Amino acid sequence: MILSDYTSPGFYCELTDSPDSAPIRARLESLTIDALHRRAAAAEAELYNLGITFTVYSDKDAIDRILPFDVIPRVIPAAEWARIESGVIQRVAALNLLLADLYHDQRILKDRILPADLILDHKQFRPEMQGIDLPHGTYVHICGTDIIRGADGGFMVLEDNARTPSGVSYVIENRHMMLRAFPDLIDGVGVRPIDSYGLQLRAALRECAPVADPAIVLLSPGSYNSAFFEHVFLAREMGVPLVEGRDLVVIDDRVFMRTIGGHAPVEMIYRRLNDDFLDPEAFNPDSMLGVKGLMRAYRAGNVGLANAVGTGIADDKAVYAYMPRIIRYYLGQDPILPNVETHLCREADGLAYTLDHLDQLVVKPVGEAGGYGITIGPRASRAELDACRAQLLADPANYISQPCISLSVAPTLVEGRVEPRHVDLRPFAITGAKTWVLPGGLTRVALREGSLIVNSSQGGGSKDTWVLE
Amino acid sequence: MNNTLLARSADALYWLARYVERAENLARILDVNDTFARDRTGGQNWLSIVQLNADREAFFARHPTADAARVIGFYVADTTNPTSIASAVRAARENARTLRPLISTEMWVQLNVFHNRLATVTAADLTPGRLSPLLAQVKEGCQTHTGITEGTFFRDEGWYFYQLGRYLERADQTTRLLDVKYHVLLPDQQDPGSAVDVSQWNALLRSAAGYHAYRRLHATGITPGQVAGFLLLNRRFPRSVYLCVREAELLLAELGARYGLRGGHRAAEQLDGLRGLLSGVTIEDVLIGGLHEFLDEVQRQLNRTAAALGIGFFGYPEQSESETSESAQ
Repeated sequence: MILSDYTSPGFYCELTDSPDSAPIRARLESLTIDALHRRAAAAEAELYNLGITFTVYSDKDAIDRILPFDVIPRVIPAAEWARIESGVIQRVAALNLLLADLYHDQRILKDRILPADLILDHKQFRPEMQGIDLPHGTYVHICGTDIIRGADGGFMVLEDNARTPSGVSYVIENRHMMLRAFPDLIDGVGVRPIDSYGLQLRAALRECAPVADPAIVLLSPGSYNSAFFEHVFLAREMGVPLVEGRDLVVIDDRVFMRTIGGHAPVEMIYRRLNDDFLDPEAFNPDSMLGVKGLMRAYRAGNVGLANAVGTGIADDKAVYAYMPRIIRYYLGQDPILPNVETHLCREADGLAYTLDHLDQLVVKPVGEAGGYGITIGPRASRAELDACRAQLLADPANYISQPCISLSVAPTLVEGRVEPRHVDLRPFAITGAKTWVLPGGLTRVALREGSLIVNSSQGGGSKDTWVLE
Repeated sequence: MNNTLLARSADALYWLARYVERAENLARILDVNDTFARDRTGGQNWLSIVQLNADREAFFARHPTADAARVIGFYVADTTNPTSIASAVRAARENARTLRPLISTEMWVQLNVFHNRLATVTAADLTPGRLSPLLAQVKEGCQTHTGITEGTFFRDEGWYFYQLGRYLERADQTTRLLDVKYHVLLPDQQDPGSAVDVSQWNALLRSAAGYHAYRRLHATGITPGQVAGFLLLNRRFPRSVYLCVREAELLLAELGARYGLRGGHRAAEQLDGLRGLLSGVTIEDVLIGGLHEFLDEVQRQLNRTAAALGIGFFGYPEQSESETSESAQ
């Protein structure tokens, strides 16, 4: 009985506190811990052989690692999903309206909803984008919204990822893995399928291209990039060429790829390359990965880019704090999914509050991703708190603080038993003419006991995510 | 749809096939040398394998003598030696990694598992009694790759480049094998009475998987000339230089015709000339003119063909006349 000793005091449990998960609990109870371990080991070996891996580079060797995979699925009841889905759609709509405004009339700055210096001095704000009209006003074609759930069971948005969010390949491969390793677990449970991601993405890219029947490519930094598997996966799912910067050339403001038959036109690019590396002529001149002249072609309207250049301003952690106001400003609606309460240390009140409550708050640098540079007050030593205080005083605008959320947990297989581990959720939204959300998304799980950090770079794993019919 | 096969991908497919073919050939040669190629005193000639791969300099920079253990270690597991089996399989897998959107999942998985298996080979696996099973595994790994590819790889332009790589590499390997072994095995010129060492010539045929086919053709005996003729000019033996060149020529013609590609004309001219050379001679002519000189000319033309493919399809710069660099990642 794998769940008989399982409890999760003080936290919301995604399985045992969920009203609709009884059938899945019953199926889980029919398995033994040994059987779970056996099947989990087989599943991980298969992921490794399939090369569903991210690559870590040491001095001379490339080491392929799988994203650790927990076999007990995370379950989302239909009603909860409906709320998440509508909340994500609302949020993506606001992000796109914000970006269109910032790169055109800047009404939101003139109306003093957002402080102008926060935007205009930001290194992710790209003046090159000023005045460019994009099809359907879509800047963020692919968005990953990080969502957490507190002790009261309420969902909150922790972060928007509007640049090149990754992880969707794991969502789909995890599902395939579960279907192979645990057919008995999913049998008879109505779980929303997720197979159409590639088709949806391709359709959205087509809608946002400058021509009717565009030649689409996926631009990757190359096989040495740690997310290369995902690039392969997406190119394959869309049926488009996977190219690197050296495969593309810009001639007379038009983009071509070098094929066996000469230069072939390219009209739409899903790029998995950050703005900085995209075009050495426009941005980082040292970039070996980009395509010289790409920004000229883009500005001339001869090629589409997804995501658009300059979306990094929208997923900044300081801008995040304004999202509820941004949603109200553009949509005249209350946010369906609330933010986590956020104190902006760039503001005197926020800084004072943060310094007074340092041992209770999570302090985050605004520009970092991947869980780096975070201080978790209740877990920090005296020395760590002092260091954090010094950093805050030295550069307050670089930080925000948030209360320490008691992240929800899910039953997770550890050595010989099932224990609660903290999870989050990253749904993926695709936007062309309108927005579609992949049912579920990436559930990341902090595999270390008590850890709140779910990032794969910090010992996180993932679970299959089942949205129930 | 227009041609969307990237020049870089075509190049990688071509090299993927070449590296797998190379690993298989090397495994064959090492296995046969280990098992069959003993002279009358029971000794084995391991230096000839170093010569065959044109590795004298690299080998003796690392090792004082070419004995069994050192040559085997150098060619099976030494990843610092770019011509080892381990390096060839690694290069094949690195090419496959960049090709994953194009090749089948099964092709990738098999190469990945194959590579990971070879990465665990230790010195203990190279000892007498264990080497031959390991080399059999390598051959089988390469042949499994070939079979999976045949059964799952989509037959568009990429398939042609893959096949071109396979046949050009095979022609190259057979040419090298013949060039080195023929002169090593000829009866001693100083001693006209010395007998042809039948077992050594059999071993040469086994290296190329041609022993049984040769027997069917020449049931009565074995002569150096017939063996050389079989490996070089036979029309039906899948590893003969003639057959490989003919297959490559057909592939290139079909590639051009079916996909309207014009980049292959120089390579096609080279192959046409080479096939003409091979079909216009008998082995007696070749031996009179000098086998080594003839094989040198074949090698030069194979290299020019490869270079022409590089310029015509893979986006290599024009001037690299002599040899294509093994640019493969």
